[in-house]
Amino acid sequence: MTRVEPVPASTKVEVYADVDIVAARMRGRRLAVSLGFPSATATLVATAISELARNILQYARRGEIIITANERDARSSLTVVARDEGPGIHDIERAMSDGYSTSGRLGLGLPGVRRLVDRFEIESRPGAGTTVTIQVWKR
Amino acid sequence: MQVPILKQGSNLIATIQSALTDADIVQLRDALVQQVGRYRSQGVIIDVTALDVMDSFATGTLQEVAQMVRLRGARTVIVGIQPDVAFAMVHMGLALEGVATSLDLEEGLEYLKQTDRPADAR
Repeated sequence: MTRVEPVPASTKVEVYADVDIVAARMRGRRLAVSLGFPSATATLVATAISELARNILQYARRGEIIITANERDARSSLTVVARDEGPGIHDIERAMSDGYSTSGRLGLGLPGVRRLVDRFEIESRPGAGTTVTIQVWKR
Repeated sequence: MQVPILKQGSNLIATIQSALTDADIVQLRDALVQQVGRYRSQGVIIDVTALDVMDSFATGTLQEVAQMVRLRGARTVIVGIQPDVAFAMVHMGLALEGVATSLDLEEGLEYLKQTDRPADAR
């Protein structure tokens, strides 16, 4: 019996204008759908990517989003890495709390994303940038 | 991508036809708030059926539209939020509080027709 090797699919979107937010989330949805994600889960992925891309634009002005499909027989997942070399987050705990925003808007971005996904990791060093990694399993 | 705004009787109807950038949404907000005055509109309907994502920016800006339009003396109703979009919004904690919603355009028009609701009804 031949085993079908998992096909690694990865796509990178440079984020430096607000059209890139739309482009990034569309790519994410497409990849999620190609993995057979239910449409509700694909929408969660697209929404999370939208927030991450906007965060890049708002706080770091530019960065990149890398979306990777991890195809495994039974359990596929999608990983999204949002990376920038912006000012970094000084107080991560505070940035992750609802209603807190240094941009003067809703402040639901990052904590909202955390609620949307199965895995959420954030790494940030003041002056060196921020990397957020999220993972969503096919349900 | 500009959102067409249709004047129908005493209402304005904005039908979103494709994914919008943040700038597009802000432009829509400002156009609606202006046109409420220009056409002396009583109601505003924003049809989001075609939107496949409503994130914190879109939600926040639509909330601003509703509040600004209310301050201009008219009412706003958002129609056509898709099931998957509603699911994601609830998970994010985006409740669109204080904003009227209806299933579709027809229901939205019906909502605006109800004259027993004062302009500041929530």
